[in-house]
Amino acid sequence: MLHKPAEQSGKDPAAKFKTALGVKMFIGYALFYAGFIGINLISPLMMEKEAFMGMNLAVTYGFGLIVFALILAVIYNQLCNNKEAELAGSDETKAE
Amino acid sequence: MEVMPVVLFATFVGLVLGLSFYFASQAKSAAGYYAAGGSIHWFVNGIAFAGDYLSAASFLGICGMIATCGYDGFLYSIGYLAGWIVALFVVAEPMKRLGKYTFTDALDAKFNSKGIQLAAALSTIIVSLFYLIPQMVGAGVLITPLLGLPHYVGVILVGIVVITIVASAGMTSTTYVQFLKGGLLIIFSTALVIATLNRGFTTTPDQGGKVPFYKYATIEATESDGTIKPADAAWQFAGAREESGTSLVKLVNNGKTSWWHKAKSENGQILLHETQYMIKKADGSSIINGSPASSENALRQIGNLEVIKGKTGPEASTGAVGPIEFLANLGHPDTRVKSWKAVKFSEDTDSVTVFVSSLVPGNRILRPGLKFKVEGTWLQKLDFVSLMLALFLGTASLPHILIRYYTVPSPAAARKSTIVAIAAIGAFYILTLYMGLGAMTNGTINLLDDNMSAPLLAKSFGTFLFSAISAIAFATVLGTVSGLIVAASGAVAHDLMDRYLGLNLTEHRKVRAGKISAVVIGIISIVLGIIFKGMNVSFLVGWAFSVAASANLPSIIMLLFWKRTTASGIIASIIAGVFSAMTMILLSPSMFKLYGLDPANAPFPIDNPGIFSIPISFAALIIVSLMTQPDQGKMPEAATA
Repeated sequence: MLHKPAEQSGKDPAAKFKTALGVKMFIGYALFYAGFIGINLISPLMMEKEAFMGMNLAVTYGFGLIVFALILAVIYNQLCNNKEAELAGSDETKAE
Repeated sequence: MEVMPVVLFATFVGLVLGLSFYFASQAKSAAGYYAAGGSIHWFVNGIAFAGDYLSAASFLGICGMIATCGYDGFLYSIGYLAGWIVALFVVAEPMKRLGKYTFTDALDAKFNSKGIQLAAALSTIIVSLFYLIPQMVGAGVLITPLLGLPHYVGVILVGIVVITIVASAGMTSTTYVQFLKGGLLIIFSTALVIATLNRGFTTTPDQGGKVPFYKYATIEATESDGTIKPADAAWQFAGAREESGTSLVKLVNNGKTSWWHKAKSENGQILLHETQYMIKKADGSSIINGSPASSENALRQIGNLEVIKGKTGPEASTGAVGPIEFLANLGHPDTRVKSWKAVKFSEDTDSVTVFVSSLVPGNRILRPGLKFKVEGTWLQKLDFVSLMLALFLGTASLPHILIRYYTVPSPAAARKSTIVAIAAIGAFYILTLYMGLGAMTNGTINLLDDNMSAPLLAKSFGTFLFSAISAIAFATVLGTVSGLIVAASGAVAHDLMDRYLGLNLTEHRKVRAGKISAVVIGIISIVLGIIFKGMNVSFLVGWAFSVAASANLPSIIMLLFWKRTTASGIIASIIAGVFSAMTMILLSPSMFKLYGLDPANAPFPIDNPGIFSIPISFAALIIVSLMTQPDQGKMPEAATA
């Protein structure tokens, strides 16, 4: 059933990096999301305009918000993995 | 009652219960009951996240709202998904590092405050109950067409099954139920969308030949001195009235009375359009479209295109279309969707509802504005912003989502499972647009309850797909309700009884307290599910998000990012958030409608309180924290976030 033993959540040396990265990415996405709300409020008719292969801006932007979230999530995970591996490596070197 | 839906339904419920009893034999400790022993693999947990999150609101409510209001329903999909960004980037790993079983544990990790334990536990219970209401309403909605039983029976049935699941094995069984259901929901929804695309568009949808297309009549007429004279002499004028800006005309033909919608053509010709109508008599009987209501005489399902890219009739049919072509065709300015609205009034002792159709251009359907008036008054615009804010910030504050971070072994696993959840949930939300629009164009909308649009769309492709989709939707309700009851019972047994009251329960007694709490919360949710019958479930979830975002998110964010946050500040924030959001909801136009009062008299003029209640909660935390700063020498240890 894909069970794994629970690990002790000790001190995470990459925590500071991950928090800072997370906040930056959150702000980037929030601005993109705010842009969607802003267009709807300021110029709702713009949402009817054709934007991508016959689809209008509302649909394209909506799908874009979903796909962009996934892309950011994958990038975030990769950068966190890299940092965790890097710091784990330097800890091992120090231990030696 | 058809056999296949009953067999599939029984199989699903049997599978879910079997899984629960299997894990019941394994989960004896408190950690096992509340957090599945922190041993769930991140991929399983990610799909289980999707299972938890893709609730009745997502499947039934969003598809129903898209089917009737077009793009406005899809706003929920966008907002629900965007909320996971907050969960991933801000909350996931710190929550895992700080907590043990519950959201309260994480919030209280730095302070060990009785006040936080009480406030956070109560907030968890309130938010869970708010979220439980739409799930139970969804259960009732599903059970009627599936098993032919009344709404309240569905609610009670779900309540009993869920109480059995939760009271038997807690978080482990809940997780695997969610994993199974989340995966199946995405697979079968994909199949439904492929079938819909393959069918394409036509102006005369007949549900694959199962239900003949009904062509509504239009009669030309003239008007003099307030009397309407139909061109067809078979019809006699019997009265007219204006209701909510709609002109209605009563005609008699062969002694049978019917209601018509009066409109004018572009050249000024008066046209009378056929409607559907329902009259409820004082003695409890009902008349539908001129004849007594019965299983054979119900309101016709609606939803079709009148014009496709400027074409009508057989030449307008598209045949199979691709996913982009589907949206391009529907959103074309020269496409016309037949849209319906209900007009209600009283006539003598009769309560009358007339369903009136109008044509809406495709480009209007595929942008916001039909439900949320983005072109309306500043209050209507504020309501839209408030909803989008609550959806964005609510996800990371939902107790049944937060506790799932404790079921994985490490912070990295919490992060990875969130990414799996984003992929699965994002894919599903894209499907909701196709399922909702599919119902809108295939004549599969129930005029009295839009929540059934997606299952009825499935029914138009055959009994098997309908049965499978409905059974999965039912399992969806079971899974989400289980997760919510685990969260709420954890708050009662672990946060309130064990920690706040200091009862120091043994492992065995803590599990038993959780199970008893689950039974009590389950019974409360059954009652609420019956009371709120008929409201769109996604709309109700919007309220749960507002309460969650107001009650929980400010304290989570400030605890992680503002070192001057104090225990008193957190308590003030939770109380201010819960109280302000709930008060505004109870005084909102939609609640006034539910009370039977005029929505225009509602003291709080918008339906979504988040734009006010979230800042109130933040302000309460900042002000009270600044007022209760400890002496320099007595600073508590900083959180390890």
